[in-house]
Amino acid sequence: MLRSIRPAIVMIVTLTLITGLAYPLATTGLARLLFPDQAAGSLVMRKGGVIGSALIGQAFISERYFHTRPSATVEPDPADPSKTVSVPDDASSSGGSNLAPTAKALTERVAGDVAGLRAENPGAPIPAALVPTSASGLAPDISPAAAAFQVARVARARGLAPARVQALVEAHTQGRLFGLIGEPRVNVLALNLALDGLK
Amino acid sequence: MTVNGWLQIALFGALLLALTAPMGAWLAAVADGRRTALTPVFGPLERGLYRLAGIDPAREQGWLGYAASMIAFKVAGFVLLYLLLRLQGVLPLNPAGLGGVAPDLAFNTAVSFLTNTNWQNYGGETTMSYLSQMAGLTTQNFVSAAAGIAVAMAVVRGFARHSAATVGNFWVDLVRVTLYVLLPVALVVALVLVWQGVPQTLGGSVDATTLEGARQVIARGPVASQEAIKMFGTNGGGFFNANSAHPFENPTALANLVEMLAIFALGAGLTSMFGRMVNDRRQGWAVFAAMFVLFLVGVSVAYWSEAQGNPLLTALGVDPTLGNMEGKEVRFGPALSALFATVTTDASCGAVNAMHESFLPLGGAVPLVNMMLGEIVFGGVGSGLYGFLLFAIVAVFVAGLMVGRTPEYLGKKIEAREIKLTMLAILVLPLVMLGFTAAAVVLPGPAAAISAAGPHGFTEALYAYVSAAANNGSAFAGLSANTLWWNSTLGAAMIVGRFFVMIPALALAGSLAAKKTLPISAGTFPTHGPLFVGLVVGVILIVGGLTFYPALALGPFVEHFALLQGTQF
Repeated sequence: MLRSIRPAIVMIVTLTLITGLAYPLATTGLARLLFPDQAAGSLVMRKGGVIGSALIGQAFISERYFHTRPSATVEPDPADPSKTVSVPDDASSSGGSNLAPTAKALTERVAGDVAGLRAENPGAPIPAALVPTSASGLAPDISPAAAAFQVARVARARGLAPARVQALVEAHTQGRLFGLIGEPRVNVLALNLALDGLK
Repeated sequence: MTVNGWLQIALFGALLLALTAPMGAWLAAVADGRRTALTPVFGPLERGLYRLAGIDPAREQGWLGYAASMIAFKVAGFVLLYLLLRLQGVLPLNPAGLGGVAPDLAFNTAVSFLTNTNWQNYGGETTMSYLSQMAGLTTQNFVSAAAGIAVAMAVVRGFARHSAATVGNFWVDLVRVTLYVLLPVALVVALVLVWQGVPQTLGGSVDATTLEGARQVIARGPVASQEAIKMFGTNGGGFFNANSAHPFENPTALANLVEMLAIFALGAGLTSMFGRMVNDRRQGWAVFAAMFVLFLVGVSVAYWSEAQGNPLLTALGVDPTLGNMEGKEVRFGPALSALFATVTTDASCGAVNAMHESFLPLGGAVPLVNMMLGEIVFGGVGSGLYGFLLFAIVAVFVAGLMVGRTPEYLGKKIEAREIKLTMLAILVLPLVMLGFTAAAVVLPGPAAAISAAGPHGFTEALYAYVSAAANNGSAFAGLSANTLWWNSTLGAAMIVGRFFVMIPALALAGSLAAKKTLPISAGTFPTHGPLFVGLVVGVILIVGGLTFYPALALGPFVEHFALLQGTQF
């Protein structure tokens, strides 16, 4: 055991320098050289300011915009740090609801959300992407069905023809890679930016 | 379930199969000390490290010396990591100005990362400075994985050698695995992940003004470098709280595929290395086949479960065609979430791309059972192989009992000492997992951390200790485990679960290496055919699984039937 002390100390220190500093710093340098946009967080700029990241969902409330998935992200309550308050799409504190499938809190929340969506688009089935919360709380995309569900509301609020909005949704729908890998989805921030760009 | 879902699972299986033999050839070259294509790059560094540490790389160690070196290295790693976490507030690379980590959380985190568990009682973006993430956690992501592979190499040498007194040199295995296997692959995987959108920057968080004029603070950091080794070393500790569900850790389905393959690559490659080192590749493929069968069973049950909607939500009018989407990401859907959950717990990774706590009861039982079996389905890097070989020894022992012959495995007689060591390693896991769970659910203090009511609350506590003792690190994350009780008992479970398997496995290696290798005769039970594969799968399910049946009945099974009845808690 005693004979192992010198190699133990030398190894942990040198391997820390190699794997804990040289490796991440080399990766940082190469990443900035090869993929500067992605390395910085795929930031989306408009009029010189950062409006978000293409990969991070943001909370939309206005009827004029497509909404992202419900988010369960929280922050410590400023009034009582032992409690938390809901801050949807909080990109500095990710996380899911972690509610059990049998939790009363889950069905109560869902019942409320379903009632709101029914009022918005009576008769249509409620898409699963619009009610259950995402795992990260920062999901940037929704399912094509969840986008289609919101077309009528957005068209009404903007005074546009629903067909025009639907065409925009379809143009922003990303399919599976090679028709096989992943699930079809619509990036909400890109879609809403395109909506604002419509004349 | 959809055809596309099954095709994606099949694609993953095919890619894994294709990776196994090349990875095994590479690992065998590294284990045997042979020259590799990377020797011109890392050879001088390798020799410099030995000189600095005062090691003669040609001098091998007996199992006891090997174990002592491994433990000395762990102690040094613990001290350094603990100090880094406690002092991060006054150290550089801390753009968010985070304070030092509290003593019990620093203990839990240090143990967690050096045992390759990476259980996290903290949210990364709100607790850890960049220096802690890189020099502290990323380093342990490398070296805890390298130590696991080193021990597996020593155990395989025990089978491969005869009448030998030594099983290798721990320092040489540690350095060679880190430099020739982990570092180059991690660098390539990290760059692929950046290409897909994973950030890699030392810049602090970004203040964005959203389209609606609200403020959004976007945390980022040197994510890709940690993400790559977190997967490849089956560590699993996320840069962010949401782990691989966070779009910055796992932005696309392609990144997701690369991450899942990285989790299994070494575990699968080690089966091939095993076959090569014992000079009978069929032995390696038999191990691979048994693991693959168990993997397929797990992923099928998980996908079947998660592809259904939650019946309680379907009753409220939610469309069930996308499956159970609470705690899942749209870009992955139920198939890739179920596959990831199976892979991460077959291995001892513990990264998650969906919240296991919100899985339907039987879907959530799959990761739980995978960990209870000891994570021997490809498994943690190194620990999966030596854990599996323990079950293989029990299987040949059972076969020997049935035909009344002294059991042999790869020409080694399995005698009382080997069986005792094997059973010690196999029985210590249920003892820790079930013992701590029982205490946590009856004591009023610890039970307060449990968020769910009813049977799910029991599963939450059970999952925590199973995950800790199996060195997985995934969680039913509703548990508020950052308390003195949970930090210390989970830390203890991780230590016992790691070293009370590793050390008996090394002792076994020493004992096997000293034995003669018997020639194959007509009476030898062949350990490369389907009969052996079936027997070992049966032994794993009976010995490993049945121990836990009562606990599973109290948790996920009760909850499953409650859900069918529409009961809520």
